Amino acid sequence: MKELLVRLTGIYGPSGREEAVRQAIRQEIEGFVDEITEDVMGNLIAVKKSSNPDAKKVMLAAHMDQIGLIVTNIDENGFLRFSNVGGVSPFNVLHRRVVFQNGVTGAVSYETELDDMKKLKLDKMYIDIGARSREEAGKHVQIGDAAVYHAPMAQSGDRYFGCAMDDRAGCAVLVETIRSVKESPNELIFVFTVQEEVGLRGAKTSAYTINPDIGISVDVTLTGDTPKSRPMAVNLGDGPAVKVKDASVICHPKVKDLMIQRAEEAGIPYQLEVLEYGGTDSGAIHLSREGVPSGVISIPCRYVHSAHEMVDRNDLENAVKLLTCILEKEIV
Amino acid sequence: MKDFLAELIEIPGGSGYEEQAAELIAKEFSRLCDQVHTDSFYNVYGIKRGSVSLESGERPKVMLAAHMDEIALMVKDIDEKGFLRFTSIGGVDQRILLAQEVTVHGREKLYGIVSTVPPHLQDAGEAQKVIKMKDMCIDVGLPPDRVKKLVRVGDLITFRSPLATMQGSMVNGKSIDDRASVVMLAEVMRELDRLQYAAEVYCVATVQEEVGTRGAVISTYKVQPDIGIAIDVTHGETPDAPKEDTYAMDKGIAICKGPNMHPGLTEKLIETAREYGIEYQISVAPGPTGTDARSMQISRSGVPTILLELPLRYMHTTVETLNLDHIKSGARLLALFIASLKEGWQEWLKY
Amino acid sequence: MAEVLRRLTEASGVSGNEKEVREIILELAAETGAEVSVDRIGNVIARKKGRKGSKKVMVAAHMDEIGFIISSISENGMLKFKVVGGIDQRILLSKRVLIGKNRVPGIIGVKAIHLQEPKERNTVINQKQMYIDIGARSREEAQKLVQIGDYACFDSTFVRFGDNKVKAKALDDRVGCAILLELLKENYDIDLIACFTVQEEIGLRGAQVAAWHVEPDMAVVVEGTTCADIPDVPEHMHTTRMGKGPAISFMDRTSIVHPELFKQMVETAEKHSIPYQIKENVSGGNDAGSIHKSRGGVPAVVVSVPCRYIHSPSSMMDMNDYNNTIRLMKEFLKGCETQ
Repeated sequence: MKELLVRLTGIYGPSGREEAVRQAIRQEIEGFVDEITEDVMGNLIAVKKSSNPDAKKVMLAAHMDQIGLIVTNIDENGFLRFSNVGGVSPFNVLHRRVVFQNGVTGAVSYETELDDMKKLKLDKMYIDIGARSREEAGKHVQIGDAAVYHAPMAQSGDRYFGCAMDDRAGCAVLVETIRSVKESPNELIFVFTVQEEVGLRGAKTSAYTINPDIGISVDVTLTGDTPKSRPMAVNLGDGPAVKVKDASVICHPKVKDLMIQRAEEAGIPYQLEVLEYGGTDSGAIHLSREGVPSGVISIPCRYVHSAHEMVDRNDLENAVKLLTCILEKEIV
Repeated sequence: MKDFLAELIEIPGGSGYEEQAAELIAKEFSRLCDQVHTDSFYNVYGIKRGSVSLESGERPKVMLAAHMDEIALMVKDIDEKGFLRFTSIGGVDQRILLAQEVTVHGREKLYGIVSTVPPHLQDAGEAQKVIKMKDMCIDVGLPPDRVKKLVRVGDLITFRSPLATMQGSMVNGKSIDDRASVVMLAEVMRELDRLQYAAEVYCVATVQEEVGTRGAVISTYKVQPDIGIAIDVTHGETPDAPKEDTYAMDKGIAICKGPNMHPGLTEKLIETAREYGIEYQISVAPGPTGTDARSMQISRSGVPTILLELPLRYMHTTVETLNLDHIKSGARLLALFIASLKEGWQEWLKY
Repeated sequence: MAEVLRRLTEASGVSGNEKEVREIILELAAETGAEVSVDRIGNVIARKKGRKGSKKVMVAAHMDEIGFIISSISENGMLKFKVVGGIDQRILLSKRVLIGKNRVPGIIGVKAIHLQEPKERNTVINQKQMYIDIGARSREEAQKLVQIGDYACFDSTFVRFGDNKVKAKALDDRVGCAILLELLKENYDIDLIACFTVQEEIGLRGAQVAAWHVEPDMAVVVEGTTCADIPDVPEHMHTTRMGKGPAISFMDRTSIVHPELFKQMVETAEKHSIPYQIKENVSGGNDAGSIHKSRGGVPAVVVSVPCRYIHSPSSMMDMNDYNNTIRLMKEFLKGCETQ
């Protein structure tokens, strides 16, 4: 799991530019599934067929994209102005190192005449790639190019931290699940989705095409276990979280209960998650066509959307176990 | 009608947890229509087919939608003393929560109270400040170990506020938004039985409206109607609200105008009201409404949609107040409108 | 060509009430020989069968504009209104409007400066406090001319001025509509489906419906977009620059432009030496937001004519940008033939 996570979190892949992630995941799962396709949006779709003639179609989704900074203007001195791709807080990116697809790196800073840091907004910030002029900068970066955090994964005990755990951690869980599921009474359609961070877009179109009976997404969620954090009953390391609701979906009670039941049967630690803000791919999947009963397995994660998103190894491993238990049995 | 409303509003049905409400509605609908179906999200479809046949053979498929879900609360955390922290499902005015009586739907149904701090312990000026929902808790009067056995994070909490009768035909209670309109669906079915009509009518009690008209998204996709009719509530007149944003409690149901509604069909509905002398008011929505009409209109290839609204005072509180006469007159108007869809009804949908 | 722009921009077409615009487009689209229809939400769909017809290309522009809807009539005959779409309330004072299908003239009034307390002169008036005056003396008199639920648009004529510049209301997006009408005049190998959409300004609603039933293989959205190359706006916020050619988007808040189509659009401009610019801002959204998420996904690209002062009665555009956008779009559509 650790090596897989190092590989996946180290890949460049802001929303809309997921090619490298897609390629890497394809390599990880080739041979473990019956079929791999890519759709027009760039979603990677891997199918594990079932010998059961009454197999239910289960769609599993984890998103490949990560938040990023997109260049909107290059000034005459070679500084890059940028806007956000997905939920980027000015404070999270300030004085961070970022990297473009071609490997060019830069530092994020701001107009220092700004006297009140509360007023810090992205349009008062810029990326400095060390260029001296517009022309020099233009040789390396074009308007429309996007950068992501440059923050290789680090480890401290059971905790891994780095950028893009949201949602490469979910991708890693799906990859490991693909490898671990032996025989399933269900047809399993694993979708590594695009453009989740900008509005669950890849999940929406892929769910339409796949037309599943059940949807399960795997994504990170917040925790309430850091000093004076916003209260929330999810702790890092206490097990994968079975989502009850967030702003995008109220998980279908039967799917949620099934997840709980499977966890309890197998003695896998789990938590229940009520997230007051934010959403995930199931938000789009459950409203596809005539409705798809959907649930979410969440990976507890501290400092989401920062350069140092922190997850716990045990939560990841237990998420794989739980998913495997769910998928190897009949689904409601 | 009043009995059905009284029975219905007492059933817990926070968005996403409408199974019990769906059961009761399906039972009531089955007495009144040809076919009843409940989908996996607990949208309930009551289908009535008119006996008039049209020469063209193309009978209009009309979908009526009224939502059965209600605003509610949900357990977010349980502290070491057994008090429950909570969040809301749907838009709840946090200022009405203090000292409310609730039911916590744990492994058992538990009675609970939303906590308050007694005035004696407050500093001067504290009563001027709004208490935030995140700082409130619910007390179920049980020791912490019992609470932890019976209640979990994610359990639904509903308000306790059964139907109460006021002067004239006014009633109040919780979740009259939008169960009153579900009751109206049943009344439409009764009215239709007295009329000759050609349409195939789908009366759909929808789920998850309060969190984004989600039930209407999937049910409209499924039904694929030619005409959509949403029934919801709008604000009734009160002294503290601007007159131009509220509607009289005794002047009939409101017919909504705006881009979300088909202009031609809306005119036809108004004509029907005039023809039969049914009182109505006009409400206005400048953008997509916060009702099921929002998603009905843009389902698949587009659904010409109209919206009727029952004036309701104190929306999203435990004492939502309604004039029962509006259910009757609104149902009659809708049934007459449906019956007026005859040969050439397609012309009505043109722009 | 300017005559078409004049007719289109002077017509009233507030979201949900696009009838006047629709009728002009139905007339002009039919003249191009396209097969024209109106769908169930009011979009105009004009189809031109291709010579090869292997590929369905949807081009979209929205007919609707921001405006007002009358919400009540006071006893003294003044009209209260709500705003349709996104308008800065500060631009409303002392503007003329036209109400309803009979284009009843009215004004958004404000009490004279002499009657204001000194402090008031620097205070923004909330839109909810504003009213439209049609000169009626009573509710009864007003009701003879205006109904609750009637739409109102700015009263603003089409003016040519300066160096090949025009001023009009609703250039966002009648300019796109005019361009689509030009595109329909030619024949292509691909099937061209021009969609004149409704309700863009209130949530890209018409385009969602159109994309569903058209089921295109790809889409191009033609817009009139923000141009803020004016004093006191920092250079990096200009977004587009007037006179520098059509603006090609790479992303906005509702879609990420398909990278291949973006490349193809840029290459088309370069190949035919058509001036172009990259839109240097990702705020806002347009019909591509709905179209690209339709069904299983539709690759989409956005091309815009820079328009200063959009969402006001006095928007401004450079006719050179307009003509170059038409050139670019025609070449692009011809280029689609070979794919």
